Parts: sequence; structure tokens; C-alpha cells
Amino acid sequence: MADVVFTAVQKRYGAVEIIPGLDLTIPDGSFTVLVGPSGCGKSTLLRMIAGLEEVSGGSIHIGGEDVTTRDPSQRGIAMVFQSYALYPHMSVADNIGFGLKLSDMPKAEIATRVQDAADTLQLTHLLDRKPKQLSGGQRQRVAIGRAIVRKPKVFLFDEPLSNLDAALRAQMRVELAELHSRIGATMVYVTHDQVEAMTMADRIVVLKDGHIEQAGAPMELYRKPATPFVAGFIGSPKMNFITGEEARKLGGDTVGIRPEHLRITADAQWQVTVRHVEHLGSETLIYVTSDSLGPLTIKTEGDIGIDPGQQVRVGYDSADLHRFKSGARAEVYT
Amino acid sequence: MRIRTKGQGQELAMLLPALIFITALIVVPFLLSVWFSFTDQRLVPRPIPTKFIGATNYERMLVDPLFWQAIWNTVLFALIVTPVQLAMSLGAALILNSAIPFRGFFRSVAILPLLLPMTVIVSIWAVLFRIPSGPFNAVYQWFAGQGAYVDFLGNPSTAMLSVVALSAWATFPYQMLIYLAGLQDIPQDLYEASKLDGAKAWQRFRYVTWPGLRNVNIFLIIITTVGALKLFTQVDILTKGGPNGATTTIIHYLFKQGYATQKVGYASAVAVFFFLAVTAIALLQRRFLKNEGEA
Repeated sequence: MADVVFTAVQKRYGAVEIIPGLDLTIPDGSFTVLVGPSGCGKSTLLRMIAGLEEVSGGSIHIGGEDVTTRDPSQRGIAMVFQSYALYPHMSVADNIGFGLKLSDMPKAEIATRVQDAADTLQLTHLLDRKPKQLSGGQRQRVAIGRAIVRKPKVFLFDEPLSNLDAALRAQMRVELAELHSRIGATMVYVTHDQVEAMTMADRIVVLKDGHIEQAGAPMELYRKPATPFVAGFIGSPKMNFITGEEARKLGGDTVGIRPEHLRITADAQWQVTVRHVEHLGSETLIYVTSDSLGPLTIKTEGDIGIDPGQQVRVGYDSADLHRFKSGARAEVYT
Repeated sequence: MRIRTKGQGQELAMLLPALIFITALIVVPFLLSVWFSFTDQRLVPRPIPTKFIGATNYERMLVDPLFWQAIWNTVLFALIVTPVQLAMSLGAALILNSAIPFRGFFRSVAILPLLLPMTVIVSIWAVLFRIPSGPFNAVYQWFAGQGAYVDFLGNPSTAMLSVVALSAWATFPYQMLIYLAGLQDIPQDLYEASKLDGAKAWQRFRYVTWPGLRNVNIFLIIITTVGALKLFTQVDILTKGGPNGATTTIIHYLFKQGYATQKVGYASAVAVFFFLAVTAIALLQRRFLKNEGEA
């Protein structure tokens, strides 16, 4: 078990600065998700923890030890790659036990550890197979098994579910969360998918252009986004933003309100026109627009009878508004 | 029941040009060779008509000591040049695939031998091998003393090795390019995963690079071996098969029989034998290497 501490960490590629100087503590035993759009530096951060990218400045400590210049294998970490990175010519058992074999561990102990990992991940019947004979989900489990057997202090996950279909992704999210609660190790997980971040993390770090926009518990980020960027990134469907005169009337340069906090009632504040309706069964997404507000998305429970072109009135509780001034939160929701 | 698909006629029409060329340039000449191998066909037509002589050409071939020497020389050449050339190619590809300065420049320089015709390369090497004061002998004299020299091409014990050295150098960039493509096809993630697993440079080569090049290796071993078995130009220009038949290869032997002594029927028998032998070797290599990879 170990915490991961970044102190003034910088990353430059020649003249291009990817991470200008970042301080971050990932607590021991936490499931921390680094989330952000492409190019925000989240994978670079993860690879710097792994030692696969050199640090241009600052230091990284794992469990109190400075690992900034240590070899990847000497950092006490294990990593699960987006592509799984399984050795194609080796069996599942050999893939899982490869790191142990290189560390000259006795064969009997390797076999025991591989068997334990296989039992945990329900891979026992697949141990003799080659990676190409496995499904995407099974390959992902093997990649996780390869990480588990090394008993690392920190697990690193680099968008590990991106190559899976939606159903398998949902299943693997649950399995990863269960795995974390079972072994309790520090896990750092990179994704651009805010749903993964919200469902698995006990701590989310939102990154943009190499700096931290906000870090905190998932619901904290949902309820009190510090910037319009975080407000727009966390939550699905995306938060509605109102700007201009209407925003100023509501007390900010930019005012955000989540689609699930808008409701359609006859006596509501805003008159809007319905552009499009998506019936999802348990909920309905209604896309509306008005000249003063611009486009808005409304999320309602159940299936409501409403058609494009229809005029409706939309209301909100002012407590659900997120007011931003000069790019920062102007008012805290209570 | 025969199934005729809608586009079958069109597909056959598209295949036809290739089929005509293959038939005219490969199948028909080979079948003619098979026929000639059972006749006393000469290069220049004679008043006496060509006649069928059964397996006489094959019987003569099998008891000719020079034929067996040519077989041995060819096999020896292939056995030496294939691993040497592949090792050189892989080594060069590994260097040119790593992050060295001026990599693009070195890649361009490395393929220069491919741009030169073999006859030009052999002529250059003939100068390098010159006695007593060619460049190679100049280097030798630096170690062995003034006046000492090696008759690289005139000595039976060094002639074949000289041809091997020249041949390996002349065509290794071709294999190197294929190795380079193969190396670039190995996912970078595997190297990173192996680094995390604690693999050192040699172990990364052993467990990631080498298995990742398996298909490339199979392809290169087969084409390099077949290419080596067809050795002719270097030998014909440098040594004419000498000294004392030390560098006579099967193709050179075949050429001499067909053109110098004009025995086209006999040369055809050698050609048919060579074709069958090369096909068998290639099939055996494919089977052996495939099984090895699957084991």
C-alpha cells in the first residue's frame, strides 16, 4: 500500500510543455481516476508514475520513496494497458507469471500465485490458451491478473475498458470496483469517459491542458464544479450553459444547470421550442431551444408524450443553478 | 453440384492476363524443360533430329562428380550465407529502428547496395580482393607484415568464403528493410509491459522482438535460402566456378552444360532436379518453421 505524491512535476517535449508544474497527492488505498479530454496530460501523468515517461522537472514519490529516476520494474507498480499488451506467443499462465519468472521467483511459487490470480479472475479454465483465443473481456482479465500477481503497491490503468463493448464495459466496471474493495491497493485509473470516473472512483482528478481543474469525490465534483469546464465534463448528459444577458440576470457570466434539474411545467419561467426527443425507456431526453437561452437539454424520468415543434415551458429551482464568474464558481450550492 | 456465382466470368477475365503471362513464361518453359530433359536436345539445331533418350540425362547427372560438387558447394553456400545475411540484416534493422541520431540518413545509406546492379557490386569487390595489393590485402598486410597476401579467389579454401562475404553484403539491405517493417509492426505496448515486468534489453529481444518477428523470419529464411541456392552472377564474374570447382554452384554448372557445351537436354535434367529440390526445401522449411512456431 502506498500513496503517490507529485511535487512540481513538469513534462516537456522539446519546446512543447505538456505539464507545466503539477502538485497532486493520490491517497493510499484510493481509487483515483484521472479524467479529461484528449491531450490533457492524463496518460502522460500515469506513464510518469510507471516510469515509462521521464519527468522533465519535479519529483514523484510512491509510499514515501522517491522513484523519479527509478526503472519501471523497481517502482512497485503494475500497469494495465488499453491494448492489454499481452505477449501473443505465451499462454495465459505464462503471461500472468512472466514478471515473476524474470524476478527469478521459484517455479512452485509462480504456479501458486498464477493459480490464485486465475481463481480470483475466473481464468482457471483458460490458463493454457493463447491471447488470440480469448475474448476482449477475457484478455482484459488476463492483463489484470498479470498486475495482481506482482502484488504491487500501486495499480495503474490506462483506459483499460476502451476496447470493450458497452455491456462488457459495464460489467468490467463492477469487477474492477469489487477488485479494489477486495485488495484495497492504491489504484490510479485514466479515462476520458466521465461515466467510468463517476461510477468507479472514490476520487476524481479533472485535468485540462496539463493542470488540475478540480480534484475531489465524484459527487462533490457533480454538486460543486469549480469551473465551467468541470461542470461540463462531469455529468451525463452534459450540463446546459446559459451566457449573455440571461446569465447576468441569473447572477453570473455563465450559468449552468443540469438537464436532470430542468422540468417541464405549465407555470415555469422559460418558454422554449422542442427540437428533438429521445425516448430511452426509463428516461426521455428533450432537446429544446429559445432565442434568449440558446439550446438546452432536459432529462425527465419515464416516457413523456411530447413532440418536436411543440412549445413548452421549462422551469428550475434556483438552488440548482451553478453560477460562474471569470471562469470560476461564483456561488456555492447549499 | 457445381455452384456458379454471378461474378465468376468477370473474375476469370481479370485473372486472364496474369494467367497468360504465368503460363507463357513459367509453366510452358518448365514443361519444355521436363520434355528436353528426356531428349538429346542441343542448343544449336543439328541435322540429326532430337530424339527421346529416356532417363539417360538423369543417369549421367547422378554419376558426374562435378554435379555433386556443385550440389555440395550450393548447399554449403546457402547454409553459410543464410544465417550470416539474416543476422547482418536483423542487426542493422535493430540499429536503424532504435533512436539513433540521423536515422533517416543512415537508413538511406544502408539500402544503397540495393540500387547497384550485382555485376557492378561484383566488379567493385573484385578490386577489393585483388592480389597482392588490393584493399583487403592491404589490411591483411597491416597485421601479417609487408609482402604477405591472401589469394582470396584463387585459393579453394577462401574462394567460397569470399563469395559468401560479397553475397551477404550485396543483398542484406533487402532483408533489412523487411526486418525493419517487422520491427515497426511489434506493438510498443509489449516493450513497455515487459519493462514493467522487469525485462532487461536482452530479455526484451528474447521475449518480445524475436517472437514478434516469427512470420518475418519464416518468410526471410525461405526467400534467402532459395535466393542462395540460385547463386550464379557472383561466381560467374569472380571465379568462373573455380579454383578446381570450389565455387561451382548448381546454376553455374547448369549454365555451363547448357551454353558452353550446348547440352540443353542434360542442362534441362539438372534444371528439373534443381526445381524439385528447391521446392522440397522451401516446403520443408515452411512446415518445420510453422510447427516450431505452433509448438
